[in-house]
Amino acid sequence: MSILVFAEHDNKSLKADTLKTVAAAQAIGGDIHILVAGSNCSDVVNEAAKVNGVSKVLVADNAAYEHQLAENISLLVTELAADYDHILTTALTTGKNFMPRVAALLDVAQISDIIGVESADTFVRPIYAGNAIATVQSLDSKKVITVRSTGFDAVATDGSAEVITLDSVQDAGTSAHVNDEVSESERPDLGAAGIVISGGRGMQNGENFTLLEGIADKLGAAIGASRAAVDAGFVPNDMQVGQTGKIVAPDLYIAVGISGAIQHLAGMKDSKVIVAINKDPDAPIFQVADYGLVADLFDALPELESKL
Amino acid sequence: MKILVPIKRVIDYNVKVRVKADNTDVDLANVKMSINPFCEIAVEEAVRLKESGVATEIVVVSIGNKSCQEQLRTALALGADRAIQIDTEEKLESINIAKLLQKVVEEEQPQLVILGKQSIDSDNNQTGQMLAALTGMPQGTFASKVSVDGDKVNVTREVDSGLQTIALSLPAIVTTDLRLNEPRYAKLPDIMKAKRKPLEVKSAADFGIDLTSRSNVIKVTAPAQRQAGIVVSSVDELVEKLKNEAKVIS
Repeated sequence: MSILVFAEHDNKSLKADTLKTVAAAQAIGGDIHILVAGSNCSDVVNEAAKVNGVSKVLVADNAAYEHQLAENISLLVTELAADYDHILTTALTTGKNFMPRVAALLDVAQISDIIGVESADTFVRPIYAGNAIATVQSLDSKKVITVRSTGFDAVATDGSAEVITLDSVQDAGTSAHVNDEVSESERPDLGAAGIVISGGRGMQNGENFTLLEGIADKLGAAIGASRAAVDAGFVPNDMQVGQTGKIVAPDLYIAVGISGAIQHLAGMKDSKVIVAINKDPDAPIFQVADYGLVADLFDALPELESKL
Repeated sequence: MKILVPIKRVIDYNVKVRVKADNTDVDLANVKMSINPFCEIAVEEAVRLKESGVATEIVVVSIGNKSCQEQLRTALALGADRAIQIDTEEKLESINIAKLLQKVVEEEQPQLVILGKQSIDSDNNQTGQMLAALTGMPQGTFASKVSVDGDKVNVTREVDSGLQTIALSLPAIVTTDLRLNEPRYAKLPDIMKAKRKPLEVKSAADFGIDLTSRSNVIKVTAPAQRQAGIVVSSVDELVEKLKNEAKVIS
């Protein structure tokens, strides 16, 4: 069997999540190729070539792929699909955007957000915000799959794959990139961080998130937020952890002033250790927390920062 | 401009989901059902585009048995002009839903199709993108801002790194994210008026599409439950536990 893995990147570096998607491909088993589609993305290609378990890196380096517009990427992937039994991408916003187009163009179903591989045609995925887990057998000849990276452990990066340059350029001409507003942060990426500290409605306003920053700096942590905090306008949506935001599974997750709605739990309950700080002893977050501290966060956070 | 808004009837987002004892599915007997929250945002966006003079007609469509007429009436009360129910008892996969919607698009010729980015039951996040591929339209997924400008629509998308704005040629597909708008509540007179708005019923079988399922659900189980841990009495104790017991900080 042969498996194509689409690489998530920003034209500069390969996202660590792709290493987990390759792990899912290894669990399926077969000859694994990575596709790097971007513009001036040679650094990404060099990184991709080192990913363990990968025999070939296919490179489509063209301005048409710079912003990974779904219309263009889906045409490229569909063109390559003939050679593969499985096509995988990480269930991040790029993959979630273009992959269903690939499935439709191939006239197959897509299996979204898999967290486990039972066999080459049977996969495990959460439904209902993770309140149920479905085991699904695909009957399609080609399997189009998005992978939730929290379900798999990253493969190592000491391999050496053959690099093959593709000369095909697919430009649908129906969409154009206008601009990006990228949230700049010196802190680690939410999805890749070993420690995440998140604030909820209890933070009361955006300024109070500075209370989390001091702790995040000491721990090397990323900062997240609940949907309630995002909806209240405290922080931007790219910080949201939950069913419709980012799914994280760090070694340590610290939930501050977060009540613990099921939609939030869906985004963090696979974390190895969960700490909850909340003044309401009945908050549902305490039912999933390994360590709960019933306290006013405005007292507890400065004290925690000083003691780390 | 005509806008088509496909909507889905799903379990209400406040309902605690339980898995059936025989592990075949979740238990949907006697639970509250609602319009999928993302679909409600799609209806609201269409209504706002009509109120601002950009859109002239809003058609809502839902695929399911007779019970989804309830959600279509809700959409009509919120401001849609007419509704189509595509009748089926089957639980169809996204690819087959997209194929049925493709036929509706061919018939209705909307300039804009607005859908929710995902349904909160199957959490697939596929239908809008699949419909875009089948109709050859460009797509603006996970939209937090939509502005129509002549024969183009600018869509600001919520992506992992922040926001991305793209320009799409019309006709186009938009899928909604949570911050696109805050849906209104239907007023009683509008609910009464919605009962008289046109609702057409078509049979899914009449579309001539092979709707065979592409997968078997082998089982549906409850997720592993986390055990509640301990309540610590002080910040000092918390730091001590994290260092020495959990060993996640040094």
